[in-house]
Amino acid sequence: MTKENMMRMINETSSWREITAGGFVYGEGNSEFFNTGDWRVRTPVWDESKCKQCLLCYPVCPDSSIPAKNGKRLDFDFDHCKGCAICARVCPFGAIAVVAAGEEDAQ
Amino acid sequence: MIEIRWHGRGGQGAKTAALLLADAAFETGLYVQGFPEYGPERMGAPITAYNRLSESPIRVHSNIYDPDIVVVVDETLLKSVDVAAGLKETGKLLINTNSEPESVLKAFPGFKGSIYAIDAADISRRTIGRNLPNTPLLSAVVKLSGIMDEESFFENMKKAFREKFSHKTEMIDGNMNAVREAWASVVPLNEVAARN
Amino acid sequence: MSRKDRMSGNQAIAVAIRQINPDVIAAFPITPSTEIPQYVSAFKADGLIDTEFIAVESEHSAMSACIGASAAGVRAMTATSSAGMALMYELLYVAASDRLPIVMAAVNRALTGPININADHSDSMGAKDSGWIQIYSENAQEAYDNMLMAHRIAEHPDVLLPVMICQDGFITSHAIENIVIEDDESARAFTGEYNPAKHLLNPKESLGVGPYSVSAFYMEMKRSQFEAMNNARKVIRDVSEDFAKRMGRSYGMFEAYRMEDAETAVLLMGSSAGTGKDAVDALREKGVKAGLVKLRVFRPFPAEELATVFRGVKALGIMDKCDGFSGNGGPLGAEVRAALYGKSDGIKTCNYIFGLGGRDIKVEDFRVIFGELKDGIDGKPLPDCRYIGVRG
Repeated sequence: MTKENMMRMINETSSWREITAGGFVYGEGNSEFFNTGDWRVRTPVWDESKCKQCLLCYPVCPDSSIPAKNGKRLDFDFDHCKGCAICARVCPFGAIAVVAAGEEDAQ
Repeated sequence: MIEIRWHGRGGQGAKTAALLLADAAFETGLYVQGFPEYGPERMGAPITAYNRLSESPIRVHSNIYDPDIVVVVDETLLKSVDVAAGLKETGKLLINTNSEPESVLKAFPGFKGSIYAIDAADISRRTIGRNLPNTPLLSAVVKLSGIMDEESFFENMKKAFREKFSHKTEMIDGNMNAVREAWASVVPLNEVAARN
Repeated sequence: MSRKDRMSGNQAIAVAIRQINPDVIAAFPITPSTEIPQYVSAFKADGLIDTEFIAVESEHSAMSACIGASAAGVRAMTATSSAGMALMYELLYVAASDRLPIVMAAVNRALTGPININADHSDSMGAKDSGWIQIYSENAQEAYDNMLMAHRIAEHPDVLLPVMICQDGFITSHAIENIVIEDDESARAFTGEYNPAKHLLNPKESLGVGPYSVSAFYMEMKRSQFEAMNNARKVIRDVSEDFAKRMGRSYGMFEAYRMEDAETAVLLMGSSAGTGKDAVDALREKGVKAGLVKLRVFRPFPAEELATVFRGVKALGIMDKCDGFSGNGGPLGAEVRAALYGKSDGIKTCNYIFGLGGRDIKVEDFRVIFGELKDGIDGKPLPDCRYIGVRG
């Protein structure tokens, strides 16, 4: 069973027959398939023009929702970002604003 | 089935003697039980141990209330414990003592069975060199129980001692002498008293 | 080739453990089970087993270590009694819900209050609802045989539940009795190798064990334990059948002794069953239609089969070596009556509480019980519950 399949197969609609013995969870890192982004009531908004790519925000994200590539951060992974706003707190350049979820566009 | 009850004091080896008897009887092909009554471990406190020896499998797991044989490892118990309680009328009472036969007999005025005495302390001191009453007592009990004849019991014990004392072979002869002497010295006290 | 031997119940369990050669034993000494880890550490020191022996600092840790080891994918065992089992209490539930096939040698001892070291069933009866399979033994032979069967029952893919093999403290654990010991090869071949399908230390597949289970999953988890416990019925029967075929000693969920035409009967577990059988034989000789059922498997509870075996019985004494303090008797009394309800109604029953804290029960006590049951048939009121062997 792949990680993705396991997440799809065993969920809150699964019957007891489908639950693994002892509730064993097979496959590491399956939280990737659990979209916690919809828990978000506040949303960080990244202003790329103010960002100096210091990457202070990257390691503090508890949900690994700031992807980085070739030493540069990309926009948030909103499938998993819970909106905790720690990134905004550590940003020395005011490059991350926090707005109520759903008002991202107003920025 | 032969039921045997041992009376001793904590630390004197009555339990070990009961287990040794179970071993000896097992070697003859009998079904056996050997078990002490367990409680707080208190050296010197009266303790009881039991044996059942039978030609058919033993299922009962209770203590023994109507023994065929009672063994008293320490005669000072006679003052505080009713050692003959429940002992069958035809039963045998074996006491480790160096007292005069008359005085021992006097302690059991109503008892109709046979009373036997053995001075296991003296025998073991002379043969083994220390007061280790278990070996002579075991020999005496085996004789009284009738589960084995003299020859096969001695053979059996020799084998056991050879195994037990494989690194202390000088112990074998003394222990065997204790076994032989005890076997010979077990006689009914009323006969001894009558002779006197 | 099997051999005839004589040894105590604890020695018999130790021999079984040596033959099984489990990967891990974690134990903390407590009377009367202490000898078991003692023998095991001697085997280990003598190089007779390659078991990892973990001398833990408490029974809570012993069961925790077993859970860790079992989850890692190896055979894990422990031994305990009384307050030791009580200290494992929360972990017993964890072992069962994690579906880890741990095997415990339980040497029954009164669960303190007042303090006492002798036998009764209050320790394992306290754990009766923990999800462990419970198998009770009458003597050293049964303790040995049940232990040889335990792993195959526990590890069966349809079961995957921990098993405790119980015997009565001192009465059988410390009594020398005749026993038949199987040769190491046959014993080992019977128990077989343990190859778990899923385990933590598998480099090819990562695994999470013991996840938090929110309300949305908890009941499904319990339902699956219920299923496993029910599956254990067939597995216990199959393993016991195979044991009978290979070793020649047969066991069922219970033993029905002279029950064919029994009018009065008693039901009990453990070492006193043998004493009861002697009483039944003596009564039968006098023409009394007495019978006895010795329950071997208490979890899963063979309710249906028991209802069948007691059909035809007019009065039944259900004998508990443990009071449940419901005011109505002990756990066996409650479960057996529930099993009979609607299936074998009309049987008069009395729940006898006996043998607490090592109180001896004699053949004579059984005669009294059978006498009361007979009086019950004849119309004399039978109490719901009564203590036997207590000073009045």
